[in-house]
Amino acid sequence: MSAPKIVVRGVRKAFGRKVVLDGLDLEIGVGESVVVIGGSGTGKSVLAKCIIGLMQADGGSVKIDGGEMVGRSTSERERVMRKFGMLFQGAALFDSLPVWENVAFGLIQGRNVERAAAKKTALEKLAQVGLGPEVGELRPSELSGGMQKRVALARAICVEPEIIIFDEPTTGLDPIMADVINDLIIKCVRQLGATAMSITHDMVSARKIADRIAMIHKGRIIWSGRTAEIDHSGNAYVEQFIHGRGEGPIQMEVRAF
Amino acid sequence: MNFLASIGAVFLNGLAASGRMALFTLSALSHCARPPIYLRLILRQMIDIGYYSLPVVGLTALFTGMVLALQTYTGFSSFAAESAVPTVVVLSVTRELGPVIAGLMVAGRIGAAIAAELGTMRVTDQIDALTTLSTNPFKYLVVPRVLAGTITLPILVFIADIIGVFGGFMVGSYKLRFNASAYIQRTADFLQTNDVTAGLVKAGVFGFVVALMGCYFGYNSKGGAQGVGAATTYAVVSASILILLLDYVLTALLFVGR
Repeated sequence: MSAPKIVVRGVRKAFGRKVVLDGLDLEIGVGESVVVIGGSGTGKSVLAKCIIGLMQADGGSVKIDGGEMVGRSTSERERVMRKFGMLFQGAALFDSLPVWENVAFGLIQGRNVERAAAKKTALEKLAQVGLGPEVGELRPSELSGGMQKRVALARAICVEPEIIIFDEPTTGLDPIMADVINDLIIKCVRQLGATAMSITHDMVSARKIADRIAMIHKGRIIWSGRTAEIDHSGNAYVEQFIHGRGEGPIQMEVRAF
Repeated sequence: MNFLASIGAVFLNGLAASGRMALFTLSALSHCARPPIYLRLILRQMIDIGYYSLPVVGLTALFTGMVLALQTYTGFSSFAAESAVPTVVVLSVTRELGPVIAGLMVAGRIGAAIAAELGTMRVTDQIDALTTLSTNPFKYLVVPRVLAGTITLPILVFIADIIGVFGGFMVGSYKLRFNASAYIQRTADFLQTNDVTAGLVKAGVFGFVVALMGCYFGYNSKGGAQGVGAATTYAVVSASILILLLDYVLTALLFVGR
């Protein structure tokens, strides 16, 4: 069995007194698609940012292909970051650039590819996510939410990364568009042979795109298993979350003002 | 005791904020000196900062020169020193009013725009997206704006100087009935190269400060639309205060100290 692509051990991250990640452990194998589920504010996005290197963990270890990320200099982290592609929750497209340049950005700025060649690749990637070349000339503000997510997906896969992080890929989309995005994620990840980590609280999406699901609660992974096993997890927290029940061990923090 | 603790907390917060700003400035300066330098982005920012600010700065300079000529005339005529009007106008505009007024106008127009743009990019994850696309956001966003501000404001102020002096000349020759050639002669007689260059040095510093404050508050903004609004306000207010403060320091260094 090959060594895991991503190994997270005992990662801690706090903002002031608020502890977000509290000794979290997670492993993701090469070519595996792992979905991390959990309620809002449980640290899913912080985990993703610590893995990709956008945030420095306070302690613990994050290894990518065996190389440590925690405590490394910015330039060393930037070198490892070239292995990653990321689809952000709000798409995070650059308003000032046309769609094709958004998609080709990593090629032009990050890999010094000629603009003409980068545009050709960008239009191919747009076609891969079901968008025509005419969309390439539009501005991100002229696109619907679903189209923006597709452009963001095309941008994430354009540099053909080894690891792709999907942050809430279907949030804010209607069920049909969410399904289209899920299918595209599966297709793109398979075509690239990439390792994928998604974070979501959309169980339909999680069941569809995951090989394995891990649940995060209070800064720790409290359950992890194959997708088919989630309905028989025997974990009260997982049961409550996947069925969306208000009653159970997970208590929402509601503060009275 | 609580009162003392509050004062201490404010003092410590002020020190921490100054430290963060100093580190940001040092980082901006060090990135300015290291490749890659995005020339296309610098040029675009120069057009935004310089070309599009020209109408507002030009108009302000024109009216400042006109008002200055009128005010100087009304004040100086009471002790028969009207002939000093051209000299006062040209020295005031080139040494002081040109750089300060252009700096303040650009702080309002460009400092706010930079803070709003970078602030929006921050809260919509666009700055993080740059990092994931192997692009250093400091080099891509901060360096072009800071360099463009530092290069462009002196050019803008040079043009504003000419327009401001011309405004004074118009009022002097058409309204106050000065002899036009005598006005020009007196303007040229007392103006030294150093008056203009010192004003342009001030402009360079003000351009750097305006762009830097816009970048600092925009880059570090948080909390959605409210955070972006606050970043914009802080950028304009801090740039304006720093312009006035540095104006005093630079005047003392460039004019009084030599």
